[in-house]
Amino acid sequence: MKFKLSKLLAISAVAATTALTGTLAAAQEQFVPILSYRVGAYASGGSGFFGGVIDYFNLVNANGGVNGVKLSWEECETEYNASRGVECYERLKKKNGGAGLVEPLGTGIAYGILDRVAVDKIPMTTLGYGRSDAANGKVFPYVFPLITSYWSQAAGMIKYLGDKAGGLDKLKGKKIVHLYHDSAFGKEPFPVLEAYEKQLGFQLTKIAVPHPGNEQNSQWLQIRQANPDYVILWGWGVMNAVAIKTAARVGFPREKMLGVWWAGSEEDTIPAGDAAKGYTTMTFNTPGNYPVIDDIRKKVYGAGKGNLADKDRIGSVYHMRGITAAMLWVEGIRNAQAKYGKGKVMTGEQIRWGLENLNVDEARQKALGAHGMFPTIKTSCEDHEGSGATKVQVWDGKAWKAVTPNWVMGDRAMVQKLVAESSAKYAAEKKITAACAAG
Amino acid sequence: MIYREAGQFKTSYEKDSQIFPIAQDRYAVVALLLIAFVAVPLMATPYVFSAILIPFLIFALATLGLNILTGYAGQMSLGTAAFMAVGAFASYNFMLRIEGMPVLVAFVLGGVCAAIVGIVFGLPSLRIRGFYLAASTLATQFFVVWCLTKVPWFTNNSSSGVITAQQIEILGFKFDTPQEKYLLVLAIVAIMALMAKNMVRSTVGRSWMAVRDMDVAAEVIGFRIMRTKLTAFAVSSFYCGVAGALYAYCYLGTVEPEAYNLDVSFRILFMVIIGGVGSILGSFLGAAFIVLLPVVLSVIVHYTGLPNSVTSNLELMVFGALIIFFLIVEPHGLARLWQIGKEKLRLWPFPH
Repeated sequence: MKFKLSKLLAISAVAATTALTGTLAAAQEQFVPILSYRVGAYASGGSGFFGGVIDYFNLVNANGGVNGVKLSWEECETEYNASRGVECYERLKKKNGGAGLVEPLGTGIAYGILDRVAVDKIPMTTLGYGRSDAANGKVFPYVFPLITSYWSQAAGMIKYLGDKAGGLDKLKGKKIVHLYHDSAFGKEPFPVLEAYEKQLGFQLTKIAVPHPGNEQNSQWLQIRQANPDYVILWGWGVMNAVAIKTAARVGFPREKMLGVWWAGSEEDTIPAGDAAKGYTTMTFNTPGNYPVIDDIRKKVYGAGKGNLADKDRIGSVYHMRGITAAMLWVEGIRNAQAKYGKGKVMTGEQIRWGLENLNVDEARQKALGAHGMFPTIKTSCEDHEGSGATKVQVWDGKAWKAVTPNWVMGDRAMVQKLVAESSAKYAAEKKITAACAAG
Repeated sequence: MIYREAGQFKTSYEKDSQIFPIAQDRYAVVALLLIAFVAVPLMATPYVFSAILIPFLIFALATLGLNILTGYAGQMSLGTAAFMAVGAFASYNFMLRIEGMPVLVAFVLGGVCAAIVGIVFGLPSLRIRGFYLAASTLATQFFVVWCLTKVPWFTNNSSSGVITAQQIEILGFKFDTPQEKYLLVLAIVAIMALMAKNMVRSTVGRSWMAVRDMDVAAEVIGFRIMRTKLTAFAVSSFYCGVAGALYAYCYLGTVEPEAYNLDVSFRILFMVIIGGVGSILGSFLGAAFIVLLPVVLSVIVHYTGLPNSVTSNLELMVFGALIIFFLIVEPHGLARLWQIGKEKLRLWPFPH
């Protein structure tokens, strides 16, 4: 035993020295730690998302980097587990000249490093999850729920359902069931839905599904009896496919179901089989093909550097989300370079500025080969979200198709009011004085 | 040769009943504490503090708590994480709602709340045993997490059930850096481990062990079963509660109730089993094994240059294989391995 331990130590010592020499060689690269998860219950989402990120990084490097600065990265397996994620973050944050930014793609990990990123001055993006009130950059200077948050999503859902009914006022007297994963995640949209319930006068019924949600007969019988006009499915993991299948069994039309974006990937619908046909969900990408994805196919997968083992998953929902995230980060880095010096490696603080002053308009999207792939984004200190727009997509049995030609935008003023209230409470608890960070 | 107790005579009762009767052990413990309190803070990097040492100590404390219940009193429990959650959320509420609450008192009160919950959920242990009890403590796990997400008061009306730990300040001194937090956690864990070590040698501890070994016999010779079992639940939950509060305040910072899910309970149970059932030292060894080994493995495996999708799975497989290996070689855990080593050392270098 003793002998074995010393051997292990020797190996790790060797590993540490190689790491050290590696640092010196890679000084001119912009380092991004990748806190990925490729094993465990959520591996399919993690491998798709982080595969997209790495594919886009490879594409940027193949095109010569960001003004000549190549991107470098290192993966660390978090298993979607908060303490493993914190360890990974701590391990990688100082490596290779320091982390430029971080994205854990998991609520638990995001909360675990929320306080740390502010101290370490490393911006964290949380695309489509995490604290909705982090959109207030005065209280959360280092957190960026880019594109859209859960609250914007809930507002977008009501807007879409209203449009479907022929106007928001037509929702009066309608019955909407909120079928949610019984966790912090599922309860996040409550404030928005309740505010809308009061404002529009529809009847909201909340039905909880305990984790993991592989048995939902009683919930769907309840739904059957209530006979609602719409069901909002706020689920994740196995719960989604089960909900779709159970809905089919009790004969509830899938067209009346509207899923959250974590319930809207190929991984959710394919297991449900034919039952998923006609099922709609929210998303923040327009499904389809884009020049940038063709580029990735040609330059990255063509060169044998592709990250996904299964090439059919190129352009799938999670893969596209990863590409979108990486694209926005690179835009942030490029933005920071424009201010602090082109062709230089940016610090976390500088990238924070870059992310806070993002402006990805349609012209920029076209230049990136991603016109319409995600909503246009313009961030500021008051608005770290930058958009709040969402889209609705439908599963036609083989692929996702966009339902709404334009981006769906909920009541922005209401969401911003909730963000202001909630972040003010956080600031009071943590004794933070809300202020914009200096440039 | 070095580890020999010959010539150490106990001339008084106090000497005979001290915690570490062998002089070498005493020196070793003092040296270890000196290293932990002085040498480590001087040398370790922030990464080592906040990613390795702090979670190791916190999990060691929770494991100690479960070990008191499972190892010493013989009551199975799968609700460890729930008691941690009670400790964390109770401390948070005491800090939030009472102006000028000292943080250490809040931790203790958090532990007391966990102890009360532990007593309530320990009541079934009076009637049921073994696997049935394990199943009933599962209820604690689900009930507590459910309750924390359900009742908004516990989380100060946070819409998603997330709490943010307040600043730790003791007598005007702020604990901000990983190093300071490490020292705070270390001090609390050291004191509580010492208390546990003493407790299991006292009347209380002996009554737990009597109940563990055979409760009918223990009852016959005059132990009050109800009191014994419930004190075990209370003390164990108290330890878990404090560990949970430290987990929130010194490690994660912002937590949702989901951070204390069943997985955490299982992890702590594995720490007890691998470290050594019914051993204070085993709690530390088990926590070290489960917390540190995956980190070491991931560092090593990631330098093999294999693609990440392979290494992530390889990590898990090696970890699982190591657990099975240890359980086959030493089913009584790492603490027993250590004990065997000590006995061999006593005879060394002339075993015959």
